Amino acid sequence: MFLKDYIKEVYGAVKSLIVGMRRTGYYFTHHKEIITEQYPDNRATLKLADRFKGEVVMPHNENNEHRCTGCTACELACPNGTIKVVTKFDITPEGKKKKAIDKLVYHLELCTMCNLCVTACPSDAIKMAQTFEHSVYDRNKLTKILNNPGSKIMEGVE
Amino acid sequence: MVEELGKTTEGDLIINVGPQHPATHGVLHLVITLNGETIKNVEPHLGYIHRSIEKMSESLTYRQFIYVTSRMDYLSAHINNHACAMCVEKGLQIEVPERAQVIRVIMDELTRIASHELWWGAMAMDLGALTPFFYAFRERETINEIMEETCGARLTMNYMVPGGVLQDLHPDFQRKVKEFIQLYKRKIHEYDELVTGNIIFQNRMKGVGYLSPEDAVSYGCSGPVTRGSGVSSDIRKHYPYEIYDKLEFDEILETGCDSFARYLVRIREMEQSVRIIEQLIDNIPEGDYQAKTKAVLKLPKGEFYQRVETARGELGVYIVSEGGTTPYRIKYRSPGFSNLSVLNKIATGSKLGDLVAMMGTLDLVIPDIDR
Repeated sequence: MFLKDYIKEVYGAVKSLIVGMRRTGYYFTHHKEIITEQYPDNRATLKLADRFKGEVVMPHNENNEHRCTGCTACELACPNGTIKVVTKFDITPEGKKKKAIDKLVYHLELCTMCNLCVTACPSDAIKMAQTFEHSVYDRNKLTKILNNPGSKIMEGVE
Repeated sequence: MVEELGKTTEGDLIINVGPQHPATHGVLHLVITLNGETIKNVEPHLGYIHRSIEKMSESLTYRQFIYVTSRMDYLSAHINNHACAMCVEKGLQIEVPERAQVIRVIMDELTRIASHELWWGAMAMDLGALTPFFYAFRERETINEIMEETCGARLTMNYMVPGGVLQDLHPDFQRKVKEFIQLYKRKIHEYDELVTGNIIFQNRMKGVGYLSPEDAVSYGCSGPVTRGSGVSSDIRKHYPYEIYDKLEFDEILETGCDSFARYLVRIREMEQSVRIIEQLIDNIPEGDYQAKTKAVLKLPKGEFYQRVETARGELGVYIVSEGGTTPYRIKYRSPGFSNLSVLNKIATGSKLGDLVAMMGTLDLVIPDIDR
């Protein structure tokens, strides 16, 4: 009996190895199953999901106008102090003072892409962009000013 | 260090595994006392990746602190966020819409599968088989793509917010998840063919790392580690949260108490997660994905505790509130910490080569241990 069990065990062991090898051999000969993406080479065709959180941007329209009112909701919502809103006072044609943003400073190096600023914004002024290649040689380049120079607030956004 | 030196006798060897070691899946530092090749004592030294998440959370508001917990157990980030969001909801007594609850459970189970997939690949890699790692990542990539499409990130999603989820589901979500389930069912037998049935793997796993049910309970283990010892500990069954009490799924129990039993628990848990997703994916109710909440959340004065079942075990979130906008104190009961504490118990007396296999079956995620 001892010998029979021994042979049975050896047979089972060899069989288990062959079963595994057959699976590996299957993929060796079936190249259709390969799913690897050749990343730097496929940059032209690479498309990320629409909601992918790459960095915060402020969309401007063709007249160089944005929707930011300078309410600092994003600054308060941010857990890391990534966003700093610098405001100024514009003089309206009626002679009244009106709050507007001077610049919206965004520290990409601190950002964790948690999307809280975008959801906090009451006027949809900022959104997440799908860019992800953020490496630069100088870390100062990661501090960005989101509003374009000379931009102003869109008509009708309060 | 002096403490370990006290236990040694002549001829013993003290070696450091880690903090930077390829076999420890992270920056875990183990001080191992060896007699020949036999382990006499294993002492984990923590603190190398301590980021003081608990202290950090005290200066963040109830919306903001949730994102930090993605960095604890990064393989089940959704479930961590879920626990925090539920704890805050408990304090505010918010009723979460049913749609949000279903979305949360589907996301949790997808995360659990992704986590177990990665564990399976890494487990096989610990024992010297590199190929299964790529097989596991093939399926895991599908889940990551689903996450990327709906949540916008692949690993640290920050999708659960107090009151529901951050965004509605992507229109393609249901189709993609169904495709994943098809793919998964087509591929799951490969796991058994490649690894589970393999004679080398079985010999390395069976009878190694014996953890008795009594020890599993007294060391405070949770999750698949206790269930591998035959102790029923599934929070989803015992303290059901969200809609888990309405779902049909089995709690996997194995009575082998060894590494192989813990392995089998995780493999079969993946199938149960697929079963849960199958029940829900066609029945996502219409409605709001987020309850109406105030802009500034203020928890009433008191203490709130919520536990969930992550891929590794029981995660508890304990919030002490003084009535302000930030928590007074936050404590996380992380599953990895308790599961690590049992390592000395199960490793003493076995060979050094098996230590890596035992650590693999405990499924340690170091940032979870060292918050």
